[in-house]
Amino acid sequence: MLTEDLIHEIDHEAAVFEQRRGACIDALRVVQRQRGWVDDESIQDIAAVLGMTADEVDSVATFYNLILRRPVGRHVIRICTSVSCWIMGSEMLVEYLQRTLGIGLGETTKDGRFTLIQNQCLGACDHAPALMIDDDLHRDLDPGKLEKILAQYQ
Amino acid sequence: MSERPLTERIRPDGAPITLSEYEAAGGYQAVRKALGGMSPKDVLQVVKDSGLRGRGGAGFPTGVKWSFVPENPHPKYLVVNGDEMEPGTFKDRVLLEGDPHLLVEGVILASYTIGADVAFVFLRGEYLESERQMKKAITEAYAKGYLGKNILGSEYSLELYVHMSGGRYICGEETALLNALEGKRGNPRTKPPFPQTSGLWGKPSIVNNVETLCNLPGIIAKGPEWFKGLSKTANGGTKLIGVSGKVKNPGLWELPLGVTFREVIFGHAGGMRDGLSLRGIIPGGASTDYLTEEHLDVEMDYETVAKVGSRLGTGTMILMDNKTCPVGMIHNLITFFAHESCGWCTPCREGLPWAEKTLRAIERGEGVMEDLAVLDRLVVDLGPGMTFCALAPGAMAPLGSGLKYFREDFERHIREQRCPWK
Amino acid sequence: MATIYIDNQPYEVKDGQNLLQACLSLGFNVPYFCWHPALQSVGACRQCAVKQFKDENDTVGKIVMACMTPAANGTRISIDDVEAQAFRARMIELYMTNHPHDCPVCDEGGECHLQDMTVMSGHNYRSYRFTKRTYDNQDLGPFINHEMNRCIQCYRCTRFYNNYAGGRDFGPFASHNHVFFGRHEDGALESEFSGNLVEICPTGVFTDKTFKKHHSRAWDLQTAPSVCVHCGLGCNVTPGERYGELRRIRNRYNGEVNGYFLCDRGRFGYEFVNAETRVKEPLLRDDANTTLKAVSKNDALTRVRGLLRDGKVIGIGSPRATVESNYALRALVGAEKFYTGVAKTEHALTATMIDMMRHSPARVPSLREIGEADAVLVLGEDLTNVAPMMALQVYQALYRAMLPEAEKAGIPAWNDAPAREFIQNRRGFMAIAAPADTKLDAFAAVTQHIAPDEVARLGFAVAHEIDTSAPVVEGLSEEARKIAQAIAEGLKKAKRPLVITGPSCGSEDVLKGAFNVAAALCAQGADAALSFVMPECNSMGVGLLGGGALEDAVAAVESGAADTVVVLENDLYRRSEKGLVDRLLAGAKHIVVIDHTRNGVLERAEAVFPVATFVEGDGTLVNNEGRVQRCIQVMNPQEFVQESWRWLGEVCGTVWKNIDALQAELVKALPVFAGITDVVPGAEARFVGQRLPRQPHRYSGRTSMRANINVHEPKIAEDPDSAFTFSMEGFRGKVPGSVIPSYWTPGWNSVQGLSNFQEEVGGALCGGDPGVRLIASDKQAGYAGGAPVKAESRAGEKLVVALAHVFGSDELSALSAPVAERAPKPYMALNPADASELGVKDGDIVEVTVAGVALALPVQARPGLAVGLVGVPVGVVEVPAAQLPAWGVVKKRIEG
Ligand SMILES: Cc1cc2nc3c(=O)[nH]c(=O)nc-3n(C[C@H](O)[C@H](O)[C@H](O)COP(=O)(O)O)c2cc1C
Ligand code: SF4
Ligand code: FES
Repeated sequence: MLTEDLIHEIDHEAAVFEQRRGACIDALRVVQRQRGWVDDESIQDIAAVLGMTADEVDSVATFYNLILRRPVGRHVIRICTSVSCWIMGSEMLVEYLQRTLGIGLGETTKDGRFTLIQNQCLGACDHAPALMIDDDLHRDLDPGKLEKILAQYQ
Repeated sequence: MSERPLTERIRPDGAPITLSEYEAAGGYQAVRKALGGMSPKDVLQVVKDSGLRGRGGAGFPTGVKWSFVPENPHPKYLVVNGDEMEPGTFKDRVLLEGDPHLLVEGVILASYTIGADVAFVFLRGEYLESERQMKKAITEAYAKGYLGKNILGSEYSLELYVHMSGGRYICGEETALLNALEGKRGNPRTKPPFPQTSGLWGKPSIVNNVETLCNLPGIIAKGPEWFKGLSKTANGGTKLIGVSGKVKNPGLWELPLGVTFREVIFGHAGGMRDGLSLRGIIPGGASTDYLTEEHLDVEMDYETVAKVGSRLGTGTMILMDNKTCPVGMIHNLITFFAHESCGWCTPCREGLPWAEKTLRAIERGEGVMEDLAVLDRLVVDLGPGMTFCALAPGAMAPLGSGLKYFREDFERHIREQRCPWK
Repeated sequence: MATIYIDNQPYEVKDGQNLLQACLSLGFNVPYFCWHPALQSVGACRQCAVKQFKDENDTVGKIVMACMTPAANGTRISIDDVEAQAFRARMIELYMTNHPHDCPVCDEGGECHLQDMTVMSGHNYRSYRFTKRTYDNQDLGPFINHEMNRCIQCYRCTRFYNNYAGGRDFGPFASHNHVFFGRHEDGALESEFSGNLVEICPTGVFTDKTFKKHHSRAWDLQTAPSVCVHCGLGCNVTPGERYGELRRIRNRYNGEVNGYFLCDRGRFGYEFVNAETRVKEPLLRDDANTTLKAVSKNDALTRVRGLLRDGKVIGIGSPRATVESNYALRALVGAEKFYTGVAKTEHALTATMIDMMRHSPARVPSLREIGEADAVLVLGEDLTNVAPMMALQVYQALYRAMLPEAEKAGIPAWNDAPAREFIQNRRGFMAIAAPADTKLDAFAAVTQHIAPDEVARLGFAVAHEIDTSAPVVEGLSEEARKIAQAIAEGLKKAKRPLVITGPSCGSEDVLKGAFNVAAALCAQGADAALSFVMPECNSMGVGLLGGGALEDAVAAVESGAADTVVVLENDLYRRSEKGLVDRLLAGAKHIVVIDHTRNGVLERAEAVFPVATFVEGDGTLVNNEGRVQRCIQVMNPQEFVQESWRWLGEVCGTVWKNIDALQAELVKALPVFAGITDVVPGAEARFVGQRLPRQPHRYSGRTSMRANINVHEPKIAEDPDSAFTFSMEGFRGKVPGSVIPSYWTPGWNSVQGLSNFQEEVGGALCGGDPGVRLIASDKQAGYAGGAPVKAESRAGEKLVVALAHVFGSDELSALSAPVAERAPKPYMALNPADASELGVKDGDIVEVTVAGVALALPVQARPGLAVGLVGVPVGVVEVPAAQLPAWGVVKKRIEG
């Protein structure tokens, strides 16, 4: 069930569009911000709030990269693997993360602390390589720096 | 130092300019001027005269695009394209985070001109700081009467909202963006009809890039001649130009259009890092063709870069040094495009994964010579005019030009059955 | 007209088309996938590439998609251009990077558009050397099989299911080359039109699950033109038989009727033909008068001839039997002793509807014309569940009503995606008034859930609002008047308004109300149309034959005027009150039943003749618009099974040589049927000296399929009734639309090959669409008088109304297991207000006696049902639809 607050927030987003379904992606983001990912029940709940069907919402949800339809850990690492970061050594960071966290791309650590996801160019190309952890952007990285940064996320 | 109307206010640390700072620096004077005495037609004429061209990549003249918007029906929409997902591109973010009121003012001017009732800023999903700054600026602008009903006592009203993308590169394509904004899957739309006549919710709409709109306050306040004078070529204005890759000083600068690649790369960016030399330049985001050292003296404007077989694109260049494997780099780019294909049309949906797998095989030393023929064919079949939108042709730009300039590298991978850079 | 140049030759084409339409209409082979004549263009597949040139001096040209390029005057293109050809071949190669080519095990194989286009494009050698993408499939219910690996992402399925048919539980998921078409989670597809995915999908992603169970290859099926028997619309179908079993139903194109589509009841309801409950031999009750036993044909005939000779005989016809069979019975017993087989309410309503059609100032539209209406009023019908394909056409009409606006904005109607983006959810005007909510309500500007008498009053009131000379309604509330006014306003703005009504409310007044609205619109100068829903596949045909109602038959038996009853293809218990039927059967000394399936009446018979279903014999049916259409025998039935009219002929000894002979006699007796002999070329017709083949030319196993019985090939069965033969040999060229054996032309093995048989793609079949209209209006009628007064409510009683279900309400399709699986469980619908008044909640058992039947049903609260009414699913519970509405005392069951 969506909380009153979430429904209120979705209604608020829906009010700016000619049709309520316009707020579909906003609603998915709102739910994901609170829960980390979007489960099947939330898909149905969003559908109900926006006058859509679960199929319609899920059709949209699965189209977009940033909407996660599988459970994630407490922190989500989005590592940029696009061209500028690749040139500047993002592969090395990916290897480092996979090694230290013991997971592959798209996986979550056993203790549920981190989920590691590959991300498209983060628009931080002049400070490559870069990654995001949750809402924070980290730039000009190397494994040494990254180790310290990871420690901030428990 | 030449004038930098887009970035002159931006602080070295990038912290946002507040409303009062913006106003103190002459901000919102253009809105006062336009709404205070210019008709939308007048504003349109000024923008046309300035020769401003879209900074989103395609370089279409902004005033001309606006002139296709019909008088009716309402509501009409202005949509700011702040999707910025093209690899190697990091210019709009600087404006969004550093000087959000500049964009708000640009939005008001554009909206006024086309008679828009509602405007949306469509931001890429990861730009959370941009979201924060834009929302703050919008709230401030509403409070000061720059937005909302009867702006500054005029007849004109405008609502402005921020929408965060669900994240897909195709959403930067203006018609896919409209679908995304309608809460749908971000497949691009058929053109014609253009958004100008049937856009958001089927209503007349204009989609403009962030940087494009940020040029408007200056143009309106100081006039088209001033704007044209900013550049070194026939294309008016300055351009945000960025450099990423292994240079000494990667970054973003506001420079006059017409500046040469050499000035940018070896001047502003400090040249290649020690021990490295320059092999390839992707001039304006991942979907533009490679140029090489021989093009260093080409002037960066829309026509001149096109003349040498590439595009100015977003103006943010990616440099390939001599220690970076061209096959690996192109494979990286095609992997991106294959993943970001919306899945609507056949050549793009099926062709890009094939190209990706072929490049991966070559890069891993598992290539065969026939693979090059496959890639050559895909460059044609996914090229301009063949696909539904410009995503796949964009992807073919680095692949096609890469096969041209670095063919020997491809062949060597296949001959030696390994990546010579590894 | 526009002149376009194709490979330097000039051609005249119709204005406002795209190049693909134009080329296909001209007979050129241009491959395509995403385009479909009913769905129009979206430009996704990139398969229809041709080269376009600016002018005659342009030798370079550029590749364009034919489906996305207007065929404007002066357009120059090349189909044969080498670059265009190579591009088309390479698009196929791209599909093949993921398509599994599992043709040998795929039900689409042999009639696959992807196979055809692959051959047409010239692609044969694949250079792709990597792994293919794979998907998990879903369980989509009893109708549709899902095999996503075969998908070529042409987006036709979602464009049909969601955009065209309004379904909301299906769609595209994910993106890039992982786009998946299916449901959010496993489960039966909810749309009543899901079966069309089978034909819309150009490859084998969505195939017919019922066909799959029957194991057959498409080219091994014996087929013939036929007509669906599951509602009154008369959609054209192509049934397919193998080894004496009916294995599937496919659409048969009729541009005026069902076009490219069918509803799921029609497509999957066919298994009654194969059911265990079929009667396959003549049966006689033995001397001990206990059980029915199989007997020889002669014994049966002798016994029945005796009964008829000695008895006072009446015949009871059936709205589900053909015109010929009903006529044969009428001929046997005499016109005045022939009864239509329905009870008096439906009997009278049918007569009224026919009468209205004969004199209405408004057009009676075909289904195609319904799709062209620009405003719609529905009075008293739940179209989706009663006449599904009509609902689909209404849905098109509401959308198409907005296309002129799109065209004004420069978007041609064929440019589907932009048109939909421009139109968004704006729709043409529709108002629906019915006792309960209907699926179409979602698209209606005005909906009224009101009791039948109020539906009628609303109809009269709307008519009066449109034209004050139409009868006025007394005692109308101000609120009701405002609603009537709003509806009148909506309809008055339209150029081609349409009023739809029918018998579901059991009310003559509802028909009159609808009639008056249509008449009032005509009086205003509109090109209005008036369409009636008919309860069954031949309600109209029997109505035209005439005859008494069932009550009259009972009276005849009870008065002693009759003692022997011949019942033709009619489970009377499904159509009339149980008590009445019981009285008939108890009163009759002898009962002879002629039917194909065991039922309550048959079990009481003394003699039974086993008859052909619609696929086993020849006959005609008259649909709701008065169009008479022919079912041609598809398969050779079991030894004794033959058409009812043949049995009846044998019984009376005046055996008709064939159906043509019977029809000739019928027309003489009843000139209204004059058109019936023009429906198909007669049995003697030959085409270049040949008959028409039922079997495709790739029909396999002919010499071996019976080898386990006899190594000699049997003689080909004779067909005295049509120009068809049970053979592979025969004429395969252009023939009239009513007798096209299959849509095969060289290179076109799939249903898409149909284009080659149309005057223009998506248009009428060459030589005209099948069927002949029997009724024309003399446009003489004035307004129907006597606006009804508001019905008194009855203390302690509620009005029980019929709730129709696309799956479950129709007699024969309900015998088909896949359809039965989708039928609702028995329930009783109550408005929540009534439920709380009765003190019941969902699931509680409520009792009601209605039409002589005591029902005890679990409650389902339904807010869309008018207060004061009770709804029961007809066909699912034992109350016949035709007996409703009826009053009944409703009470909560007190648990003992
Ligand atoms: C695949 C693709 C991605 C695009 N991404 C962006 C983008 O992120 N930002 C942008 O402003 N324009 C992008 N564009 C260009 C837009 O379609 C459009 O031309 C632009 O927003 C118009 O604005 P302008 O006239 O101000 O340049 C993209 C185009 C394509 C084909
Ligand atoms: S080129 Fe085709 S598949 Fe690719 S993004 Fe554009 S429309 Fe989608
Ligand atoms: S049929 Fe023309 S692009 Fe698909």
